[in-house]
Amino acid sequence: MSSTSHSKINDFVVRFANVNGTGSASANFLFTKSVFRMGIPVTPKNIFPSNIQGLPTWYEVRISEKGYLGRREGVDLMVAMNPQSMEGDVAIVKTGGYFLYDSTKPLHANYIRDDINYLGIPLMEMCNREYTDPRQRQLFKNIIYVGALSALFEIEFAVLEKLIAEQFPGKEQLIPPNIKALKMGVDYVQANFKFPLDIRVERRDLVKDAIMIDGNSACGLGAVYAGATVAAWYPITPSTSVVEAFSDYAAEYRTDKETGKRNVAIVQAEDELAAIGMVIGANWNGARSFTATSGPGVSLMNEFLGLAYFAEIPAVLIDVQRTGPSTGMPTRTQQSDVLEAAYASHGDTKHVLLFPSTPKECFEMTADAFDLAEELQTPVIVMTDLDLGMNDHVSPPLEWDDKRVYKRGKVLTAEDLDKMQRFGRYLDVDNDGITYRTYPGTHPTKGSFFTRGTSRDEYAAYTEDGGAYHRNMDRLIKKWNTAKNMVHAPQLYQEKSTRSTGVVFFGTSQYAAEEAIELLKAEGIEMDALRIKSFPFNQTVVDFVNDHEHVFVIEQNRDAQMRSLMMIEFSANPAKLVSVLNYDGMPITADNILKQVSQKLLLSQEKTTA
Amino acid sequence: MTYIRPKFRHPGLPKNELGYTLAQYEGALSTLCAGCGHDSISAGIIQAAFDLNIQPHKLAKLSGIGCSSKTPTYFLSNSHGFNSVHGRMPSVATGANLANRDLTYFGVSGDGDTASIGMGQFVHVIRRNLNMTYIVMNNGCYGLTKGQDSATADAGSKNKSGHVNLFESIDLASLAIELGASFVAQSFSGDKEQLVPLIREAMKHPGFAFINVISPCVTFNNNVGSTKSYDYVREHIEGTGTKDFVPMMKEITTKYAEGTVQGVKMHDGSDLQLHKLANEWNPEDRISAINAVKTASAKHEILTGLLFIDRNTKDLHHLIQTAETPLNQLGENVLCPGNEVLKDINAGLR
Ligand SMILES: Cc1ncc(C[n+]2csc(CCOP(=O)(O)OP(=O)(O)O)c2C)c(N)n1
Ligand code: SF4
Ligand SMILES: [Mg+2]
Repeated sequence: MSSTSHSKINDFVVRFANVNGTGSASANFLFTKSVFRMGIPVTPKNIFPSNIQGLPTWYEVRISEKGYLGRREGVDLMVAMNPQSMEGDVAIVKTGGYFLYDSTKPLHANYIRDDINYLGIPLMEMCNREYTDPRQRQLFKNIIYVGALSALFEIEFAVLEKLIAEQFPGKEQLIPPNIKALKMGVDYVQANFKFPLDIRVERRDLVKDAIMIDGNSACGLGAVYAGATVAAWYPITPSTSVVEAFSDYAAEYRTDKETGKRNVAIVQAEDELAAIGMVIGANWNGARSFTATSGPGVSLMNEFLGLAYFAEIPAVLIDVQRTGPSTGMPTRTQQSDVLEAAYASHGDTKHVLLFPSTPKECFEMTADAFDLAEELQTPVIVMTDLDLGMNDHVSPPLEWDDKRVYKRGKVLTAEDLDKMQRFGRYLDVDNDGITYRTYPGTHPTKGSFFTRGTSRDEYAAYTEDGGAYHRNMDRLIKKWNTAKNMVHAPQLYQEKSTRSTGVVFFGTSQYAAEEAIELLKAEGIEMDALRIKSFPFNQTVVDFVNDHEHVFVIEQNRDAQMRSLMMIEFSANPAKLVSVLNYDGMPITADNILKQVSQKLLLSQEKTTA
Repeated sequence: MTYIRPKFRHPGLPKNELGYTLAQYEGALSTLCAGCGHDSISAGIIQAAFDLNIQPHKLAKLSGIGCSSKTPTYFLSNSHGFNSVHGRMPSVATGANLANRDLTYFGVSGDGDTASIGMGQFVHVIRRNLNMTYIVMNNGCYGLTKGQDSATADAGSKNKSGHVNLFESIDLASLAIELGASFVAQSFSGDKEQLVPLIREAMKHPGFAFINVISPCVTFNNNVGSTKSYDYVREHIEGTGTKDFVPMMKEITTKYAEGTVQGVKMHDGSDLQLHKLANEWNPEDRISAINAVKTASAKHEILTGLLFIDRNTKDLHHLIQTAETPLNQLGENVLCPGNEVLKDINAGLR
């Protein structure tokens, strides 16, 4: 084994290269969870193909004592289980890093580098010796390498034992063979390698009461807590697991155990048009209803979103963004639906957007989206992405205030109607742009009205009168301005702006952005920062941009969509908005931000000194 | 132009069991062309709702886009209405119905709205057996966009501008039967005697009830050579001899000769009377019903009346086991699992 110079405790990246469909996911998650149980912040990323079986798939785990939860470039240890991808897998190991492979057959000469260390374990041979069933050979091979890693990294074996026991409740017979496989890995390492490695895990108490959950599950759970009763959807990666999670939690918490009757209706629609149509119909009729989709689905939903905007019907849509345009890279992440969602549909249309960064925010913002949609009587789109939605994240525990009351917005009851002279569905009684609505079935003679996507007057009567149309469009803008103070305020990273340079980011760029800001600070470059949490922008966002000479806008798309949105909505000066972009389909990294920011800082220095 | 209907009503007008007069089921004055078949259907809907003692506010009326889809404005003004987007009424009706299973859902669509842009949603709302009445006001053309052929125009049919349709037509009634609709009827806007009882039965039916109503467009498709004109339809309905094949309440079966009526017990206890002239097929047998429709259309005849019924049908709520209490009436006390449960969920994620 060649000697290495780096020694990194609780600070390294392990990547698993597997073949899709070979059962590696649960073994790899076992590894992640064991690090988490050792009390160390950990971030796994699934890098998977749009395929069910056979294609390469990777699982990358960053272990960070400092709590950096973004992706980091470079691999310290590669678990190379896929001959198909081995050439590239060897290449990305950092100098001094490790390459763990199945040494049943000798490694091809092409894969030998003299600046990395090789850890050959005859996995296939061990499995063939131990198991006869081909599926078992496959599955336990994965468990053996997890065992080997635990010895190499000094992960406590008891932690793994406990995780295995928890994994098979009621199937106790499965526990011993798994433990045995883990031990085979441990034993091999102990007999053949110098261990632990210089990169290793040391127990800490850093995760406290944190949980590990993916954003989609958190969204689904948020919808359960917010009282969603109707969900309509059409399968699409990466949003599918939102409704699956909702469905699972609803099966648990919304089903009468005796009768089997459910306080929820979930419909797999024929397409996204129907899905959003159902959501609009249900909300119109007074039930909280939502759908989840991704870019292609949002494209299809455009016409209906315009109807909901104009006819003022609440709707909650969770957009788990993936790499576009078109089918793009369906299993890769991106923040590229920002403009599409903000202005979905023809005519002068705009929509409320929320940008969660963490699973906790997925939970909270999904719940808040239902309140906002009903209070504002308009669609609210929760803009998450594949990275947040489908990867597990270390997150603070989810909380619910039991005193919280659903905000159902301005809805008139039969008693209210009886006290009224005349009900005007689109009459701006409170001068905030938000009018009163009624649910069907409320009152025998008062309160019925006609909902339509065509122009109407304050009393919901069809009209082609330009004045009435104009008044209505202006009222919708008044409502929009009201919304600015109801949506989530941005997160400011300092009390008040002190420096000339600011950074703006949103959604999953948060992890990498925070890390980059800290690293820059260590080098003496200090910047103010702001994380956008919602659209329409509230005044704090406008002020932040106006108060800084230069503002870096970090986003994960090609066209700098958030930057455009700021230019369109509050005439932000394009000259001062400097884009930091990432659009290769992988979650943005701090290294990438650092590189782009330093380059641009340098350029501007040159300009000022020239 | 604004139309104002005179408010005065004669105090002696007949009232239904709820004490409502027919006028209380009316809507705004129609803005469709004089003589448009759609207006007759609206009148039929008003009459049927009156007859059935429907509380107008307990009914929701929904439509897509088209002249036909405008009609919900012209009936039941005390009902909430929803004029959605072109071809997508079924999804809106599905969501609405899921939110509140206690209301009656009444959908109106056109042949363009259903058989072209909305075909996908039509097919799927049938599959789901949503408890609603779905009427297609079928004029074989796109009235609102000025008379283009629709997918229900018969091949060879000629429209007002002389254009002859080259393509096979889609037969919505047999399609609905084939797809598993639990109530399928066909009628003609000019035949109120048949249409009103059909609408009544459709509204009572505990599942998806479809009525395809031939409804001539006087402005674009009522010419010689059109197979959806008043004259053509009148002639070809008479030809079938099944015009009288109507379901109706017992009290009005007297118009039919003794021995020609077959009674079917409905779930609400009323008798559905089927005219025996329909002996050629069994309206409770899907294959037999499809056969009858196909056989008639091969002879260029339009079979009207109740074509098929499955009285033991189970609607969407039954299939997905929704709670009896309408979902829109449930509050946080029932819907939210609370923070203690969340603590357990958190614990399972560590
Ligand atoms: C997405 C979309 N495309 C096109 C139209 C234009 N359009 C309005 S009504 C209509 C056809 C209506 O035909 P039908 O449903 O048969 O109704 P009719 O007017 O004949 O009663 C069309 C194409 C539209 N409103 N929306
Ligand atoms: S154009 Fe045709 S369908 Fe439309 S209102 Fe006139 S007659 Fe009726
Ligand atoms: Mg038509």
